[in-house]
Amino acid sequence: MTTAENHIRVDNVTMAYGDFLIQEKLDFAVRRGEIFVIMGGSGCGKSTLLKILIGLKSPKIGEIYFDETPFWSSPVAEQETLKRKFGTLFQSGALWSSMTLAENIGLALQQYTDLDETDIREVATYKLSLVGLAGFEDFYPSEISGGMKKRAGLARAMAMDPDILFFDEPSAGLDPISAKLLDDLILELRDSLGTTIVVVTHELASIFAIADSCVFLDADTKTQLATGDPKELRDHHPNFVVRNFLQRGMAARDVDAA
Amino acid sequence: MSAAVLTTDAAQAGTLRIAFAGDWMLAHGLPGPDPVLDELRKTPKPSAIAFDTSGLGSWDTGLVKTLMLIRKSADANGVQVDDSGLPEGATKLIALAMAVKEREGARRSEEYKPLLQQVGDGAIEIWEGGRDLLTFVGDTVLSVRRFISGKATYLKSDVALHIQEAGADAFPIVSLISFLIGMIFAFVGVMQLQMFGAGIFTANLVALAMVREMAAIMTAIIMAGRTGAAYAAQIGTMKVNEEVDALTTLGINPIDFLVTPRVLALILMMPLLTLYSSLMGILGGTMVGVMMLDVSLVQYVEQTLGAVQLNSLFGGLFKSLIYGILVALAGCQQGMACGNSAMAVGQCTTKAVVMGIVLIVISASVLTIIYINLGI
Repeated sequence: MTTAENHIRVDNVTMAYGDFLIQEKLDFAVRRGEIFVIMGGSGCGKSTLLKILIGLKSPKIGEIYFDETPFWSSPVAEQETLKRKFGTLFQSGALWSSMTLAENIGLALQQYTDLDETDIREVATYKLSLVGLAGFEDFYPSEISGGMKKRAGLARAMAMDPDILFFDEPSAGLDPISAKLLDDLILELRDSLGTTIVVVTHELASIFAIADSCVFLDADTKTQLATGDPKELRDHHPNFVVRNFLQRGMAARDVDAA
Repeated sequence: MSAAVLTTDAAQAGTLRIAFAGDWMLAHGLPGPDPVLDELRKTPKPSAIAFDTSGLGSWDTGLVKTLMLIRKSADANGVQVDDSGLPEGATKLIALAMAVKEREGARRSEEYKPLLQQVGDGAIEIWEGGRDLLTFVGDTVLSVRRFISGKATYLKSDVALHIQEAGADAFPIVSLISFLIGMIFAFVGVMQLQMFGAGIFTANLVALAMVREMAAIMTAIIMAGRTGAAYAAQIGTMKVNEEVDALTTLGINPIDFLVTPRVLALILMMPLLTLYSSLMGILGGTMVGVMMLDVSLVQYVEQTLGAVQLNSLFGGLFKSLIYGILVALAGCQQGMACGNSAMAVGQCTTKAVVMGIVLIVISASVLTIIYINLGI
């Protein structure tokens, strides 16, 4: 699995908390510019895998490659350089509560660019307008709703025009309309900027709406059961567990025999 | 409401008949399933079990959980279960509860550990805790160096806010405690020293006690309970909300951004607060001294000024600096080590205060020995 198109490659990754094994032998690739979904039931290790991908937790075994550059075996300075190409939207938004939305977005720009305060403010205003929060620059996270926090978190994740955007459960806690708007935004980002997008979710509506490809993690066997187009997997995958998940528990077992 | 009754009857060939009668409601006390479980473990075992619920009245989870226990025991002993005699609702609930297999290895049991292993585990935990603390102190020292050389990422507004919180906002409580401590010292001094006709030396007692020891230690304890706890809670909550992760993924060192500004704010404020605390303590002592002794205000103040040497003053301020560093490090270290739940935030806050006070007391003892040896 080493094609030039691969933007991210997960190579034989085993993850664990101490002696407690979460998943093993994970092996898949994300192509440049695609929307890739990491899915599976609750507790299967989706968010842990995301932590490994974004450099927050090291795998027990295996390696993550970005454009065929290894991440975990690289020196810390190189890891930091690679990290600057990522943007992450955390499940809760994870906005810094002591800072306004504009300051949240501006921090990375202040750190890594030579832009002056006026330019930083303008970029923050533009990013907020992209997520429908124009005019909220001077609001603190505690003054906005949960859905708005997610969108502001996305604006912050996009601050540095990242190559790869990671989303942890983007639709969790959102009403159906807000979730749909967020899905549309993810598609728009991919189409207009060509950003590679990795989404951790188990929301089927989102998966079928946005995913080009996916990996299915299973909590019982503690490994990946399937990779590929989620619609294909839903209709034709030989494993009942995969089909049943993607058909919301409505899969017929007799297809297994076919 | 009739009492719940469980009876067994092995009259039929090989089949154990289990009869449920009365109201099987959780709130009204239920018989245990032991008689049935004993029958299922007996040799020879029954080949099947069947249920009779003709006498059953109202039921709730009390009935279903008993049935579950019987069902699991029957399955474990290879005994057939005929549930046709059960209410339809109970059958469905049991099927629902048993639909998803128990995850292997998920169940946790209380593991028995021999005393030696417990001692060993405890020692390893203390060793690892100490190593984590030293790593944290090392990281903070490096971060302070980056801060001084202008390479650290932090918000200037945050530093100002922390200085205000650790300084000006602490004035009322420091004023109150220090004033009262000064008064208490003066009361004790007047009562004892007057017996020897040396009442005026109360001024020396209060001034020296406050300047050398009490102002620094009382301010530090107040700051451990107030500011150290706040640091742990703030950083701990940020960890729970993934805000610390968000900093890390952005390539911003959380120690630079969160810890160093807080540590520096407290280092800066502690000597000032201690100086202020000394003054408030002496003021409290002066009030009591002037009221209880036959001396004028001028006499008392002169006696005080004569008692306090510069080395005592700077010795006290140096102590306060050390206490400030320890309180800030304890608060920030516990916050950074916080788990991912609301309960963990509470625990790390408590630990920060306890750790802060323990460190203050230990360092006070060590510094006192050093001062005595240096003749300060």
